[in-house]
Amino acid sequence: MFRYFVRRLLQGVLTFFGATFIVYALMFANQSDPLQALAGERPLPENVRQALTERYHLDDPFILQYGHYMKGLLTGDFGISLTNRPIVEMMEQAWPVTIRLALFSIIIAVLVAVTAGIVSGIRRGGVFDTTTLVITLLLLSMPIVVLAPLAQLIFGMRLQWVPATAGADSGMFALVLPAFVLSSLVIATQLRVTRASVAENLRSDYVRTARAKGLANRRVIGVHVLRNSLIPVVTLIGVDLGNLMAGAIVTEGVFNIPGVGFMLVRGIRTEDGPLVVGFVSILVIVFLVVNLVVDLLYAVLDPRIRYA
Amino acid sequence: MRGQFPLKMAVGATAIMLLAAGCGGGADETEAADAVISIGIGEPQHLIPSNATESNGAEVLAALFSPLVDFDADNKPYLVAAESVESTDNKVWTIKLKDGYTFHNGEKVGADNYINAWNHAAYGPNGNGGSYFLERVEGYKDLQSKDPDGEGPQKAPDPAAKTLTGLKKVDELTFTVTLSEPFSGWRSVMGYTTFYPLPAAAWQSEGVLKEDFEQAPIGNGPFKMKGKWEHDAKIEVEAYDAFPGDKPKVGGVNYRIFQEQTAQYAELMGGGLDVVTQIPIENLASAPTDLGDRFKTSPNSVFQFVGFPTFQQDFAKVEVRKAISMAINREEITTSIFRGSQTPATSFVSPAVAGFRENSCGEACTYDPAKAKTAYEAAGGPKQIKITYNADGGHKAWVDATCNQLKANLGVDCVGTGEPKFADLLTKVEAKEPVGLIRLGWIMDYPLMENYLGPLYGTGGSSNYYGYSNPEFDALVKQGSAAPTQEEAIKLWQQAEDILARDMPVIPLRLGQNVFGHSERVKNVEVDKFQKVEILKIEATS
Repeated sequence: MFRYFVRRLLQGVLTFFGATFIVYALMFANQSDPLQALAGERPLPENVRQALTERYHLDDPFILQYGHYMKGLLTGDFGISLTNRPIVEMMEQAWPVTIRLALFSIIIAVLVAVTAGIVSGIRRGGVFDTTTLVITLLLLSMPIVVLAPLAQLIFGMRLQWVPATAGADSGMFALVLPAFVLSSLVIATQLRVTRASVAENLRSDYVRTARAKGLANRRVIGVHVLRNSLIPVVTLIGVDLGNLMAGAIVTEGVFNIPGVGFMLVRGIRTEDGPLVVGFVSILVIVFLVVNLVVDLLYAVLDPRIRYA
Repeated sequence: MRGQFPLKMAVGATAIMLLAAGCGGGADETEAADAVISIGIGEPQHLIPSNATESNGAEVLAALFSPLVDFDADNKPYLVAAESVESTDNKVWTIKLKDGYTFHNGEKVGADNYINAWNHAAYGPNGNGGSYFLERVEGYKDLQSKDPDGEGPQKAPDPAAKTLTGLKKVDELTFTVTLSEPFSGWRSVMGYTTFYPLPAAAWQSEGVLKEDFEQAPIGNGPFKMKGKWEHDAKIEVEAYDAFPGDKPKVGGVNYRIFQEQTAQYAELMGGGLDVVTQIPIENLASAPTDLGDRFKTSPNSVFQFVGFPTFQQDFAKVEVRKAISMAINREEITTSIFRGSQTPATSFVSPAVAGFRENSCGEACTYDPAKAKTAYEAAGGPKQIKITYNADGGHKAWVDATCNQLKANLGVDCVGTGEPKFADLLTKVEAKEPVGLIRLGWIMDYPLMENYLGPLYGTGGSSNYYGYSNPEFDALVKQGSAAPTQEEAIKLWQQAEDILARDMPVIPLRLGQNVFGHSERVKNVEVDKFQKVEILKIEATS
C-alpha cells in the first residue's frame, strides 16, 4: 500500500511538470499581443508598451520566460498577472469560492442521485423509475450553456425565488441555483450508475443469503446492498470533479461567481499566460489528489481490492 | 417496511436544502438621502487617475474625485474644482483652484497636488495609460525614452527629466501650465480622468506612488472609499461630509463588479442591482417590456466605422469608396441588428462634440443603391470586397448584413473575415496584408472635434491604422487647435471635416447610444457621453 502510494506521488510530480509545460507552451503559441489584448481596442501608448514589456519579460524568448516562471513557481511565487495583481492573491480569492460551489454541487448531486438511484433501483419499472429516467435523459441532453441561463431566467429573473447572480461573498442561498445547475452535469450519470448497481446487487447471492437469514430489509439494503453499490459511484464522483470544473467555467460566468472558471476565462481572453498556468497547475494537483483518494477509497469500501 | 430507508434519506436531503436556503438574503430599509444604491460595472483595470483609461475605472474615479472642469449639455466645459482657468495666448494657462476642497484624509487640495500627480502621469517609465494627454505640455518629450535597439535585451535609458518644465506653482492655490504650442481646447482636455490631483499621502517617495494606493484611492470628490477595492466583487463608496461642492443625493454607492454584461442584466431583473449602464444586445429585444419606462437611452461618443486600407490599390479611387458607402443601408442595420441601440452615422465626428454637423458626409453617406452601382462600375471597383473584423467583439452579425447589402447593391462578392482578436487584426494591417475594409470604432477622450479628427484621420494619428494622410487636412486641424477662440477653432475643424467628405478615407456607419436601465429603487438616472452614471444627480426613491 505504501509503495503504491509513493509510486503514485512520483507519477503525480511528473504529470504536474508535464502539464504546466504544455499549458505554458500553448499559451505562448497562442499569444499574439497580450498587451494589446489588455488594452482592448484602444491604441496602446508607446510608453505603456515599453514599461509593461519590461515588467513582464515579454520580449524574452519562450524558454527564458518559462524559466522565469518555473523559478518563481518552485519558490511558491506564482508571479504577477497582467492585470498587475499577484496571482497568489487571486488564487486565495478564487479557490475558496469554487471549492464551496463544487462541494455544494457534489453534495446536491450525491444526495439527489444516490437517493433517487436507490429508489429507482429497488422499484424498477415503477412510475418513479420511469419518471427519473426521462428526467435524466433530459438533463443529459441539455448542455450547460443552455441550462445555466435558462435556470437564471426562470428562477432568478422571472420568479425571483433566488438571487439571479451570486457574486464573491454571497451566502449559501445565492449559491443554491448555480450549485443545482452545476450538479445537473453529473446527477444523471450518477443516478443511472447507482440504479444499475443497486438493481444488480439486489439479485446477488449474498443478498439472497442475508434475506434468508431473516435480516430486516433496511439492514439488507442499508449495509449489504448500499456498501457494494457505492463503489462505482465513488469512482464516478472522483471523475465528476473534472466535469464540475469544466462546468464551472460556464456557470461562474453566468452567475458572476469570481472563482477559478471565471479567472481562467479572463486569463485566456487576455492572453495572460502566468494566470492561466498558475490556475491550471493547481487544477492538475487537485485532479491528482482526488484520483489518488478515490483509488485508496476503493480498498476501504471493498476489502477484496488490495494495492501492492 | 420496504422503501422506508430511501424515504428517510430523501427527507434528510430536503431538510439540508431548506437549511441552506434559510441563511442569506434580507434587505434593509433606509432613508432616501442616506440610501446606498448599487451600480453594475466591470472589473476596473486601474484606480489611479492617470492610468484609468477604460470606462469602469473612470466610473468609480468620477465618484472619488472632482475634476477641474466638467461638461454641460452642449459639451462646453464649466468649472468645478477650478475657480478660474484663463489664458491670453492659449499657450500659458493659469489655473486657480477653489478654496475649501480637501482630500478624504483631511489634506487641503493645493497646486502641488496637481503638479505632482501630472508629473507622475507624464513620466514615461511609470507606464501610465493616460500619459499621452500631457503630450502638449512643455517638456513632455524629456520625460520619455526609447529602447535603443527596439526590443530587448538592452534596456531603455532613464529619461532626461523627471518633471515637466511646463508646470509651475504660483501660490498655494494657483499654478500655470505652459503648452509647447497654443491649443484653444486645453480647458476641455483637463476634464479628463488623468488630470485629477493626488494627495501627499499617495506618495511613497518623490514621484513614486505607494504600491497599494489604488486599492483605496484618496480623492477630492463627493464620495470617499468605504473599505478597499474588493477585486472582482465590489467597490463601495460613501458620501464625504466635508465636500464643498454639489452634494450627492445618495448616501453611498456600491459598485458591484460583473464579468459578463448579461449577468448584470439578470441581477437587475432579479432585483439585486439598481443601475445597469449598458444593456447587452442579447437582452435588447425584451428589455423595453421588462423595464417599461425604466428602459432609457442617451447619446454617447461612440463612433463606428470601417477604414479603407491605403496600401490596397483596389480602394485607391475616391469614387469606389464613395460608391461602397452609398450602397450601405445604415438605417436598416441599426434597426434590425442593433434594435435602435445605435443610430446611423452621416458625419466623421460624433454629436457628442461641439461643432458636430448632421450629414456632413453628404451624398456619400446617403443610401442610394442605383447610383452606387453605376458609380462603382464606372470607377472599376474590385469584384471582391473583404471586411475584416475582430470576432471577439460581436461584430459578425452586422458585418455579414453589410456584406449582403454590398452583394445585392453592387453585384460584387463580399466576405466578412473574423480575426480572433483586435490585436490580430492590427498585426495583419501593419503587415500590409490585403485585409479589405477594416472594422474600427472610437470613443472620445474629451469632447472636442479635434479628439476625433487628430487620432482617427491625422497623419500618424494614434488610431489611424489605415494610413490616411492629407497635408491640407493636417494643417487645418493644427490651425484649429491654435485658433484663439473655440468658435474659430470649430470653423477650421469643420473645414477639415469637409476634406474628409471629399476624400472618404473611412465609411462612417453608426453612432453609439447608452442603452441603460434601472430598478424602481432609484430615479433621475442619467448616463453621460462618457458612459458614466451622473453620480450627483441619481436619487433613491423613498
